[in-house]
Amino acid sequence: MSDTATSEHSEPDTAAEHHDTEHAHPSDWAYVKIAVVLAVITALEVFTYFESVVDWGVALVPSLIFMMIVKFYLVATWFMHLRFDSKLFGRMFTAGLTLAVGVYLVTLTVFEFWV
Amino acid sequence: MSAEPLVADHAHDVSDHGHDPHATTTGLSHTKLAMWVFLGSECLLFGGLISTYLLYKTRGNGRTLPTDVFDIPFTSVSSFVLLMSSLTMVLALSAVSRGEDEAGRTWLLATALLGGIFVGGQVYEFTSFVREGVAFTTNPASSAFFTLTGFHGVHVSLGIVMLMSLFVASVKGKLTQRNAETVEIVGLYWHFVDIVWIFIFTVIYLIPAD
Repeated sequence: MSDTATSEHSEPDTAAEHHDTEHAHPSDWAYVKIAVVLAVITALEVFTYFESVVDWGVALVPSLIFMMIVKFYLVATWFMHLRFDSKLFGRMFTAGLTLAVGVYLVTLTVFEFWV
Repeated sequence: MSAEPLVADHAHDVSDHGHDPHATTTGLSHTKLAMWVFLGSECLLFGGLISTYLLYKTRGNGRTLPTDVFDIPFTSVSSFVLLMSSLTMVLALSAVSRGEDEAGRTWLLATALLGGIFVGGQVYEFTSFVREGVAFTTNPASSAFFTLTGFHGVHVSLGIVMLMSLFVASVKGKLTQRNAETVEIVGLYWHFVDIVWIFIFTVIYLIPAD
């Protein structure tokens, strides 16, 4: 496993945004650090299950959703390289994700899920 | 007419996992773009399955609900295993990109193994649910649960097939630094399957049903 950075993050080509194909990826050590953060967050999530240890009360659901979003973001930006790749890739994914979240929030509302 | 920077382009080939930026109209790999569009559409598929489960999760028809038989400690371990497979996947890509084929094969195999452990855990979970009286047709809640997690399990299984195909290609010398983009594209699929599980683990397993 290499401990040296393969390259540093470079700014997108200002002349042609869609041409910013040269994506610099972080070092293996950076990936390991991200994985450790993900593992710690997962441990915290599981910790919430044991109510006898700490009573999270009304903070439980918001905390779980926040931790889920952080994990989602870390995997998408670091492991899937959205942080370093062309913005077009991210837009394609975000379009599908946003559409899905919008459509199904409306669906859940129509079926009175929140009531 | 301007002169083409041939030397720079060739150097670019290697840094961009073998993709030649001048080979496409966008300057981006169309294969990779197609994978991102596909993953965007997958959000709609899993969104539908998750929403269906959320709507049906309390419809037990007087019989045992999936939430009654959840084994959170066990599923937590499975989730951790799948999460760590994302690390080994990205390390595989990193190794292949550097031309370290042996290390690349090791990480690909590790990723497939971790994925196999996850799927094995899911099979165990399903069989234990059935033993406890929660089968696919027990009630609407169980149907929605098995459909959602089953679809995810199929995705992981397909990912394992892809990983093993890459491993075999690498053994045959057909997977090198120049076509590392193939590893990256399979990696995108694998990481997506991981983030879908991140969502499922929180929304379906950890957030209390009531």
